[in-house]
Amino acid sequence: MAKHINVALVGNPNTGKTSVFNRLTGLNQKVGNYPGITVEKKQGNCKFGRACKVHVLDLPGTYSLNASSLDENVVIELLLNKNDKDFPDVAVVVADIENLKRNLLLFTQIKDLGIPTILAINMSDRMKRKAITLDIPLLEEKLNTKIALISSRKNLGFDYLKELIENYNQLPTRPCLNASEIAPEYFDRLRNAFPNQDLYKLWLVITQDVNFGKLDRKELKGVASFQTESPSNLKRLQQKETVIRYKFINDTLKETLHIDAANAKDLRSRLDRVLTHKVWGYVIFFSILMLIFQAIFDWSEYPMDFIDRSFASLSEWTKNAMPAGQFTNLVSEGIIPGIGGIVIFIPQIAFLFLFISILEETGYMSRVVFLMDKLMRRFGLSGKSVVPLVAGTACAIPAIMATRNIENWKERLITILVTPFTTCSARLPVYLIIISLVIPDTRVLGIFSLQGITLMFMYILGFGAAILSAYILDKILKISTKSFFLVEMPNYKLPLPKNVLITVIEKTKAFVYGAGKIILAISIILWVLASYGPGDFNNAEQIIETEYASQNLSEKELEMHVESFKLEHSYIGHVGHFIEPAVRPLGYDWKIGIALVTSFAAREVFVGTLATIYSVGSDDEQTIKSRMAAEVNPILGGPLFNFASGISLLLFYAFAMQCMSTLAIVKRETNTWKWPMWQLVVMTAIAYVFALVAYQTLK
Amino acid sequence: MALTIASLKKGQRAIIKDFSVDVVPLKLLEMGCLPGNEVSLVQIAPFNDPLYLNINGSHLAIRRETACNIEIELL
Ligand SMILES: Nc1nc2c(ncn2[C@@H]2O[C@H](COP(=O)(O)OP(=O)(O)OP(=O)(O)O)[C@@H](O)[C@H]2O)c(=O)[nH]1
Ligand SMILES: [Mg+2]
Repeated sequence: MAKHINVALVGNPNTGKTSVFNRLTGLNQKVGNYPGITVEKKQGNCKFGRACKVHVLDLPGTYSLNASSLDENVVIELLLNKNDKDFPDVAVVVADIENLKRNLLLFTQIKDLGIPTILAINMSDRMKRKAITLDIPLLEEKLNTKIALISSRKNLGFDYLKELIENYNQLPTRPCLNASEIAPEYFDRLRNAFPNQDLYKLWLVITQDVNFGKLDRKELKGVASFQTESPSNLKRLQQKETVIRYKFINDTLKETLHIDAANAKDLRSRLDRVLTHKVWGYVIFFSILMLIFQAIFDWSEYPMDFIDRSFASLSEWTKNAMPAGQFTNLVSEGIIPGIGGIVIFIPQIAFLFLFISILEETGYMSRVVFLMDKLMRRFGLSGKSVVPLVAGTACAIPAIMATRNIENWKERLITILVTPFTTCSARLPVYLIIISLVIPDTRVLGIFSLQGITLMFMYILGFGAAILSAYILDKILKISTKSFFLVEMPNYKLPLPKNVLITVIEKTKAFVYGAGKIILAISIILWVLASYGPGDFNNAEQIIETEYASQNLSEKELEMHVESFKLEHSYIGHVGHFIEPAVRPLGYDWKIGIALVTSFAAREVFVGTLATIYSVGSDDEQTIKSRMAAEVNPILGGPLFNFASGISLLLFYAFAMQCMSTLAIVKRETNTWKWPMWQLVVMTAIAYVFALVAYQTLK
Repeated sequence: MALTIASLKKGQRAIIKDFSVDVVPLKLLEMGCLPGNEVSLVQIAPFNDPLYLNINGSHLAIRRETACNIEIELL
């Protein structure tokens, strides 16, 4: 009979849970984006031997079971809810050998919940360097558990860890501490009120929202009303619990852990002296940012060109290879250009995630937070807002989720509200294509490409808009919250290539599938709307033939007139003409109008939409860009994409809130529609005004 | 006036004495900031805030306004 084991990896942030997870499951994992829960729990499966299937859950890091942020709450909700399908048979607490003392706090809490618990002490490869020795048998005895000393970097100790997991039912479940020690009299009262419940669990449920107000409690109804103590008294008791636990831990480690400080090597302080220096720190940070942008644009140009050309050929090939008909047209004019419009982002997204994950892995991000906090606070943000703002250059969705560790609600809200201003990768194709159409390909001072500088400027514009609106929001939002800020400064580490690789693949995949679905659906809808129409649409051939009867046109020219007549009278043509009055002052025609409308779903749809619209009826192999360059302004003549309309489009895309997924995530993170609606209206209004002014002054 | 973490100089070490629960969040306690434990100032950020500390072996940074509430005794 196959045994099935649910394993949960828990532990303080940065102790290597994800690395252990990657070691256990390899690439064999799926990312679960659970609806309703505000955080990513990662899960994966693996097999131990023949008969033992293991389901592993990677949870966000937490310092204790006293929730003080959404992230931590995910862990607590899971460990308190026996009915959850992911409720672990065994918890593996991953601890960092260098921070064992602090890591054991969480361990003792989980142990006291009565869940079978294994202590996996990670990063054992660093023991020698730091001159640490540990008496494991004695520690096992004192903590009442089994310990696996592992190193996910060097792949050590995992066989033993697997063995422990497989035999989890032999683990001792006796608690470390007697919970009622915290407050004997209070616990007596609890015991009388709920005689059949686990006391420590009750205590955690009762105190769950003392530090953190907005929880959806799913379980143990009625317990919440057992608030015979005032919140400040409960807080005092929580503090007492922490003190008692630390006392136990300090006593335990005094006998088992030995650090020979004189022989420890200290890389941290030497690096910190430079990286957090008041001049060099900033110089290095901005150089790194410059390097990232430079690399993204230089390196990804080649694969992107290749992808663009391949899709144009593929589309042409399909058209010739498949039997002629509407289905072939749907594939070659709707689906393939649509997919091409998303695949083309893969190189840039992958690069961006590569850099971000390296910065996070090395421990450098915390130094940036430390360096930037005071500056960011002037604008109503926190040092921790730097991470979302930088991550926002990839995608606003993970960036907004990365605001969760900002302790102060007002700072967090402002960060969420302004993050969509940063130039995300979805804007990039729009920028790239428009810049290449309207900005001359010349060099400034002989070295800098003018197009490159324009792109750089668009990024600065995005950050500027974010910072400035944060400043304004800080002044107008009347929210009083207690200011608090705490960031751990981890040790510097060389990034683990496997971790980096997995992160890059996973994030890119999520982006492609997530955005891909929307884009594919929209391309199909668009194609249908562009290929069918009411009234005149169906008599296009006759109408054109009579109109041009006197002009003696070639077969080919006639066909072109028919196609453009058809597009204009198709359903999508009618929609486009309907909104044209609104977008004409910005310098756009009805086709761009359609692209604006569809890109309210997601910005990257813009290029795909134009690709689909322009490829309907055109039959030679052309790239999207050459098709756009050939478009003529119907009223003024001359190219439709000229300097004025190009700048106007760039500005519109820089400011407008065009991403349904971002709106959805903001709703989820702020728990109300108020803020996403606010973003939608305000950002779009700003975009419209800027685009209008730019076009009217430049034209 | 009592000495607090905010008055530490770079490299100085001290023992945490006392603070009130109402101003110092539980999170900080969980990181090892408890009466009797040792604290030292590793680095001060540009513009004098935040402070980079080593508390009981944990490296972390907190803002000056929080640090002002934690009383210490110099070593
Ligand atoms: N030296 C060493 N470093 C390790 C080891 N395991 C992980 N690391 C590094 O520790 C850092 C944190 O690892 P993660 O796996 O991301 O930690 P985590 O617990 O998932 O972190 P959070 O998800 O932020 O809570 C990374 O820089 C890893 O490369 C190890 O065994 N030895
Ligand atoms: Mg992790």
